[in-house]
Amino acid sequence: MCGIVGLFLKNPVLEPQLGALTARMLGTMCDRGPDSAGFAVYGAGAEGAIKLTLRGPAGTDFEALASAMREAELPVALAVHDTHAVLSLPREKADAAAAWLAERAPGIGIVGRGERMTMFKEVGMPDRVATRFGLAGMAGTHAIGHTRMATESAVTIDGAHPYSTGADQCLVHNGSLSNHNNVRRILRHEGLTFTTENDTEVAAGYLTWRMRQGLPLGDALKACLADLDGFYTFVVGTENGFGVLRDGVACKPAVMAETDDYVAFGSEYRALADLPGIETARVWEPEPATVYFWER
Amino acid sequence: MLEIDLRVTPLRELNRRLHALQPGSNERHWHIAHPGGQHAIAAGLDAPVTVEIDGHVGYYCAGMNAQATVIVRGSAGVGVAENMMSGVVHVTGDASQSAGATGHGGLLRIDGNASSRCGISMKGIDIVVGGSVGHMSAFMAQAGMLAVFGDAGEALGDSIYEAKLFVRGAVKSLGADCIEKPLRDGHRQALHDLFARAGLEGQIDPGEFKRYGSARKLYHFHVDHAGAY
Repeated sequence: MCGIVGLFLKNPVLEPQLGALTARMLGTMCDRGPDSAGFAVYGAGAEGAIKLTLRGPAGTDFEALASAMREAELPVALAVHDTHAVLSLPREKADAAAAWLAERAPGIGIVGRGERMTMFKEVGMPDRVATRFGLAGMAGTHAIGHTRMATESAVTIDGAHPYSTGADQCLVHNGSLSNHNNVRRILRHEGLTFTTENDTEVAAGYLTWRMRQGLPLGDALKACLADLDGFYTFVVGTENGFGVLRDGVACKPAVMAETDDYVAFGSEYRALADLPGIETARVWEPEPATVYFWER
Repeated sequence: MLEIDLRVTPLRELNRRLHALQPGSNERHWHIAHPGGQHAIAAGLDAPVTVEIDGHVGYYCAGMNAQATVIVRGSAGVGVAENMMSGVVHVTGDASQSAGATGHGGLLRIDGNASSRCGISMKGIDIVVGGSVGHMSAFMAQAGMLAVFGDAGEALGDSIYEAKLFVRGAVKSLGADCIEKPLRDGHRQALHDLFARAGLEGQIDPGEFKRYGSARKLYHFHVDHAGAY
């Protein structure tokens, strides 16, 4: 099972509603994936600033953490969302902040990094996860969400989607990959790092690697068809793009809708049924082994 | 006409009422609003009623249908009219995978495209698709007719038994033991009759179709074909 939702806005008027629309879509997909949920939101970025989304154990004192970082000459702005916190800081301080966190706060993980992307994931019913993080109040240009029914690895945060292996990049997946161990080995050799044994993280890493080689999103997705074995429906976000790919057999469901205002993805039409203007949207099923992507 | 709004009436209540219909009931014409992509709408009907649904439906709409006419003004999710026994199901938009799967009888008309596995294991249902069908359509199809006005994807009719396949456009590839066969007068007549039943009489020339069916070399085991199994 697993459920995927994605929303890429073309009309800026809808941007304040991005989180609310995505939260409704995610809630509809609870019964496809009641084990865990996660989402990535591409919000406003500030010139020269990087956002680090952190995840800590319940009860983490992020205020104290931010104070300690400021004392270490890491000028972070903090926004706490339940077990997660978003730190904003000058771009040139981002690597130092990551190193400081690895050394001084080993219980804190960095789940996402980018100029615009923030990412949240937690074990539990997706609608409750979305409420805990305040998804409905988030604004932005595009968002991707996932509801997980665990098959390949345990019901833990490590198994929750999305996965981010590069700045402003994330991927969610419905399906399972059969050659992920070998691809992970190749990618590690190419210098990528992985934090879990999950197959989906490998797909995310693969795309990061291809885009690092200079491939545009569409070409990177096309390359998956040759190199990733297994079954999959992927939805991918980049700083300015949104992509969809299904394997050649296409047994994992997918429905898309497009209007002048947005492009939307749902594992089932139910996820799209409440979107504004859906009655007159072009609704279609993405073809197998066919790359779809939109960039602004 | 009975009006049901699925934003107000729970789906299970609607299906319970449809299942409870007795022969001779006057509740013969139902109109369903706001289906919202819910699953199993009007599944399991066994009464000569008409159910019109305005909007997109989810999985298994009109599954196991007998006698009833179900019209979907929108697109349908996985397995529309799967295992249909009799009656008519008409989808004005597209259908997702496995449309008409395992159907024993009746007529399924899809005005748009059907995706993969359309008519998989069909056992007597007739299917008319106004657009194209995806890969593995009519896989292990046993009986009935599948007529496609557009194209067919990879492996059409793989391991087919005695279903009759007609495609007007291009076929990307034929599956194991499926071959093109001559379109004879009897087949043109059968297509004409099928289109008439589907309300498409005179709109399309049966002579424009190519016929595909079983080479009958696979479904009787022959050791020379062991590699194909």
